[in-house]
Amino acid sequence: MDELKQVFLQESFEQLDALESLLLELENRPDDETTLNGIFRAAHTIKGAAGMVECAAVESFAHVVENVLDRLRNHEIAVSTKLAALMLGCTDHLRVLVANEAGVAQMAGEEIEAQGARLLKQLGEYGPGGQVSASPKTVESGVERIPSSGSAQNCWHISVRFGPEVLRQGMDPENFLRFLETLGDIRHLETLADAMPAAAEMDPEVCYLGFEITLESSADKQAIEDIFAFVRDECQLSILPPNSKVADYLDLIRNLPEDTLRLGEILVQVGALTADELAEGLRAQSAPVDEPEPEARQIGEILVAQQVVQPELVVAAVAKQAQVSEKKAQDAKLIRVPADKLDHLINLVGELVIAGAATSLLAHTRRDGELIEASSLLTRLVEEIRDASLQLRTVQIGETFNRFHRLVRDACKDLGKDVQLVINGGETELDKSIVEKIGDPLMHLVRNSLDHGIEAPAVREAAGKDPQGTLFLNAFHDAGNIVIEVSDDGAGLNRNKILAKAVERGLVDAEAHLSDREVFDLIFAPGLSTADQVTNLSGRGVGMDVVRRNLQALRGTINVDSQSGQGTRLTLRLPLTLAIIDGFLVVSGNRSYVIPLDAVVECIERPESEHERNYFNLRGQVLPAVCLREIFNLPGERPARESVVVVQYAGLRAGIVVDRLAGELQAVIKPLGVIFRHLQGIGGSTILGSGEVALILDISALIKISGQLEQRLIARPELRNA
Amino acid sequence: MSAIRRAFTEDFTIYRVAELKPVLLAVIQEGEHIELDLSGVEHMDSAGCQLLIFAKREAGAAGKTLAIVAHSRAVQSLIEFYNLAAWFGDPLVVPAA
Repeated sequence: MDELKQVFLQESFEQLDALESLLLELENRPDDETTLNGIFRAAHTIKGAAGMVECAAVESFAHVVENVLDRLRNHEIAVSTKLAALMLGCTDHLRVLVANEAGVAQMAGEEIEAQGARLLKQLGEYGPGGQVSASPKTVESGVERIPSSGSAQNCWHISVRFGPEVLRQGMDPENFLRFLETLGDIRHLETLADAMPAAAEMDPEVCYLGFEITLESSADKQAIEDIFAFVRDECQLSILPPNSKVADYLDLIRNLPEDTLRLGEILVQVGALTADELAEGLRAQSAPVDEPEPEARQIGEILVAQQVVQPELVVAAVAKQAQVSEKKAQDAKLIRVPADKLDHLINLVGELVIAGAATSLLAHTRRDGELIEASSLLTRLVEEIRDASLQLRTVQIGETFNRFHRLVRDACKDLGKDVQLVINGGETELDKSIVEKIGDPLMHLVRNSLDHGIEAPAVREAAGKDPQGTLFLNAFHDAGNIVIEVSDDGAGLNRNKILAKAVERGLVDAEAHLSDREVFDLIFAPGLSTADQVTNLSGRGVGMDVVRRNLQALRGTINVDSQSGQGTRLTLRLPLTLAIIDGFLVVSGNRSYVIPLDAVVECIERPESEHERNYFNLRGQVLPAVCLREIFNLPGERPARESVVVVQYAGLRAGIVVDRLAGELQAVIKPLGVIFRHLQGIGGSTILGSGEVALILDISALIKISGQLEQRLIARPELRNA
Repeated sequence: MSAIRRAFTEDFTIYRVAELKPVLLAVIQEGEHIELDLSGVEHMDSAGCQLLIFAKREAGAAGKTLAIVAHSRAVQSLIEFYNLAAWFGDPLVVPAA
């Protein structure tokens, strides 16, 4: 696939996303002009782009959609739910068509065609222009479209009157016009010097020249305008796109300072008009002659006037032009960089961090003051580079969230429910690779909430709740993690039902005493579904067990809270990045371990007298203590004075008992091999400046382990003494 | 009637047009048929071209005729580019280089 097509595909998908979100917005605010224009523009861009890369299927379909949108924008037809649904359907179809161009469509060719035909039929109900082949014929009385003969194709008409100061400023009109030739072929050029005053006033250094030009070019209006950019403020410039209507030329004639008839003749000469058209047009226009002749207007006004009177051609040109400049502005702000280049950069930065750590270690062992100073400066800069390059990979989560508007809307239609989606913290940033991977799990959670969580309006009303359910998507940063909450105000999890199912499946013992949390955790067990009926929504996609597995692969966790009758909240915690963390180095039994610094709350000493306890007292708060020596079965004698690192994760605190604290470091995370996948409490490894390998502790797992130990002891107190 | 021919060798550019205007007007005053020999004009820009248009117009307004009898390459090229050859109505003869 060539590069142009690649760009087309990417842009089309972006535009389709924009189109979809705008359509959804339109449903809420049917009268919003900006939204309507945005929708139109998106559709138009897709069409234009498709034309550029000769994707006829996409282009022709987009064309029909655009026609209906145009009628919508001109208030010829009203926004209705049905129309919005149809437009969404069309968006989907366009997506399929574009995917088909890329050869990745998940539909057979006939199926696509059938779908297209069905949509076109529906679009046809919204007025003319619904034919695929014929170009739209605008219904305007008294004005005829100039037939586009082969030769006149792509002929722009440019009227330019140079300002008086142009020559003095050293800008020669000739240069601009010569430059115009680079865009295409000047078919005809007429020089006008009518503005030249009588001999006495004529100042030879003042420019009185104007030109009427017919330019055959496939360039867009912006490109033509750009040529005159240097004199834009000084000259009067009108550009008529190819195949403009007679009326547009007549307007042009009226708006230019020269005599109407003379201009008309010139236009006939340059081939823009035929003599008959001119005569007829002038006669028709001279009817409302009492209208005062407009003063020589600013070029902007003329363009506005043109925009008002001209059909979609000019609108299209103007829209395209606006869009080109918008895009230019955007391009200036954004650079597309291949993801693998970024990954390479991050890798290099990772190596740099390791090398920096080695240097700083050397400096310290040599006890060379100047070297230490230099290396600490280096370290600081490396840290900044690390942060900045990681930032390059971060994206806002809002885009992912916004995709769910459509899902919620469609699901509501299917399920006969009324649900409002409330999004908070869309601006929260996280690593792009994580965003990509949580899309599917999130979608599953949202579907679950819609399907099983939120009740039907009647049921809700009966329960004394607002018939409209609410689904919250919430994101925020917390201790070096990103937290994503999917919550609803639905019925909540049914504890007994889950338990019964689990017992039936043999997942738990019928006699087991389980806390609420443990029961709710069962929904993540494979093969457990509490749904009475398998619906369209919950039937497909990944199961909750897969959701959890996906999250664990990202070093994330998922928790579920539920209140019967009040709703359910699923809390996802994910690391901000997968590559590098700030770590806190601790030593136990001569082995180094790294605790993610974000999780560290404080460090305290632990006297020998407390060695045998698995809890400790932090200013009156009793916290569980996890001894690394015990958990990892480390050899050697326990030191007389141990340290406790108080860590926090997901609102839970625990102490990690270590031999010695060794300070902060930057840890480049190297994942553990597949063999260690089931290892609990270890999240990865890193290489220290000395070349030694240190294991990175998985704080969430350690806290869980400490909690489980305690719960087991509570459940069977006899073990405590054993 | 009296036909006068005047040869120019200076550039018809923005730098000279202010001086050239009175010269051209004076030439138009002098005779009925004015012939301009521009074969020695090495450079001409839009200002110069505009001045020629002006001269032609002034001559016409006074009921006289003004013709360019010899064009230099620069003059010819600009007049052709501006599509003014027909308007000036002069045969374009390129001097043998």
